[in-house]
Amino acid sequence: MAKVEQRRGVSEEALREFFREMLLIRRFEEKVEERFRAGELPGFLHVAIGQEAVAVGVCRALADGDVIASTHRAHGHTLAKGTHPNELMAELYGKVEGCSHGYGGSMHLYDVERGNLGANAVVGGGLPAIVGAALAFKFRGEPRVAVAFFGDGATNIGTFHESLNLAQLWQVPAVFVCEDNHWAESTPESQHSPIRDLSKRAEAFGMKSMKVDGQDVEEVNKVAARALKHARDGKGPVFLLCETQRLVGHYIGDPQVYRDKDELHRLQETADPIELLREKLGLSDGEYETLDREVQELVDASVDFAKAGTDPKPEDALKNVYA
Amino acid sequence: MPELSYREAVRDALSQAMRTDEDVFIMGEDIAEMGGSMGVTQGMLDEFGPERVRNTPISEMAIVGSGIGAAMQGMRPVVEVMYEDFLTISMEQIVNQAAKHRYMSGGQLKVPLTIRTQGGAGWSPGAQHAQQVEAWFVGVPGLKVVFASTPGDVRGLLWSAIYDDNPVVFFEHRTLYGLKEELPEEIEPIPIGQARLHREGEDVTVVATGRLVHEALAAAEEAERQGVSVEVIDPRTLQPLDEDAIATSVKKTNRCVVAHEAVTRMGFGAEVAAVVQHQAFDWLDAPVERVGAKFAPLPFAPVMEEYVVPHAKDVLEAIQRTVQRGA
Repeated sequence: MAKVEQRRGVSEEALREFFREMLLIRRFEEKVEERFRAGELPGFLHVAIGQEAVAVGVCRALADGDVIASTHRAHGHTLAKGTHPNELMAELYGKVEGCSHGYGGSMHLYDVERGNLGANAVVGGGLPAIVGAALAFKFRGEPRVAVAFFGDGATNIGTFHESLNLAQLWQVPAVFVCEDNHWAESTPESQHSPIRDLSKRAEAFGMKSMKVDGQDVEEVNKVAARALKHARDGKGPVFLLCETQRLVGHYIGDPQVYRDKDELHRLQETADPIELLREKLGLSDGEYETLDREVQELVDASVDFAKAGTDPKPEDALKNVYA
Repeated sequence: MPELSYREAVRDALSQAMRTDEDVFIMGEDIAEMGGSMGVTQGMLDEFGPERVRNTPISEMAIVGSGIGAAMQGMRPVVEVMYEDFLTISMEQIVNQAAKHRYMSGGQLKVPLTIRTQGGAGWSPGAQHAQQVEAWFVGVPGLKVVFASTPGDVRGLLWSAIYDDNPVVFFEHRTLYGLKEELPEEIEPIPIGQARLHREGEDVTVVATGRLVHEALAAAEEAERQGVSVEVIDPRTLQPLDEDAIATSVKKTNRCVVAHEAVTRMGFGAEVAAVVQHQAFDWLDAPVERVGAKFAPLPFAPVMEEYVVPHAKDVLEAIQRTVQRGA
């Protein structure tokens, strides 16, 4: 079993930045939910409320040139990887100014310039390409790492096993970040996995694994930095298991009939990564409100930006099919 | 000019690309020491080493998927899926990932990946080692689909596939690997999307792919003896399709037969028939005839396999049916 990594300091300044970024993701997601319920956003939306510390902790440990592949729950990863909220919101509104220019939507967010190789709506679908990207880095002797985000549900699908096997076999610089929120849509981990410690799956391939409390952004950042260094130093891929909590439904509108409401409320009270960091930083109400106002303004501005954006021409649907 | 087999022609395209371009590499099951289950990559490990001639686990999703990732980083991987039947295992990666990354990203990404595979009946492997599944991929926007039938075509088209910036599913036919042709040393790339007129004729156009190109040419010889002049076209690229070449030919001959080894139902020939009726409706003197496998999985017993897949006589009978309709 991987041992829980011990704490080492991250500067308070950095933590405050992490806090701001996590709060931005939270407010962004709340706004998305609000605008979806208002009927403004088409499609199928999954928000990452409760999992902000994983996105920010990992992405803030990345170096320039590192790449990520994300999941259907991608807004947090995308913001944390550097996409401006305007571009993200514009994508959710299906606008040309969006990060995928209106071709992708919430489940297919790309920002290649910033190293985001795409969110994937097929669970586990993005993992093999991360192995291939890492293989290309190795071929070229580039000190870059490819990072896949995925959930506990993805550890049951073939691409997960094939990707980890190949990555370990070829010792490519990849980090597999498992956001273990204990739910595969509505199916609890107890019904989808015969083992509780998912790092054993990586260890079965001989892969180095690390475990971290995914609600503690400082811990995530520190352990992710070690995982990335391991991969970057040519020591092989790493499986990074982040214990996290999905504090909302699988999708916006999910009534969560499958979930114990008392347990959910308990988690919302005790496992909110933003509240935990706020306490750790000892932020005063004034400081908190200032930050909150700042990010709220960014989020509001992103909605204005998106609504003022350009609708694609219907016939643009026939572009970008081929290079 | 050296004589190259279809197998050697594939190898020659791969090798010449790898000699000239560090971004090209190959991976697949048993392709290194063994030289591939069809012997296509024999000797390549010695020349290029194990980094660029990569044996993989039996792991089709990861083979194709890691090829996608390397391609998105600007390399030009050529992955081998040992049998077409095993494309089913990597279908998700081909259809949802390779074909769509460019589109879903709004044009930010390119996936210059070539997926080589082979299949074909005639040696009694049974139902899971010889299917012809090319038609499944023709309907997936974002993919290009190639099916070459001669050494020269397979070499020139594979070169173009490697240097195409899109994912290409590249079909080879097992029974053609031994087919030989004199070819110049220098590769002449064949543009993707250009049909080949194999034989000119006046009375009937046969549009054939893969092994059936050769069956169609044999049928045309026999038809000639019976006084029927047959034109034979191999589209070579199924997507994009050279519709003009087909329509032009049918407007001349007024009759059309489509022929492939895959099952007739929903086969590639169905699409060709639709193109012909739409573009050459007023020129047609007879219904488009279809030649393909009977609607059954491939059986094991040689007599049954022989019965299920089409041969030259089936093409000849189809030719005769169209000319019997009268003008």
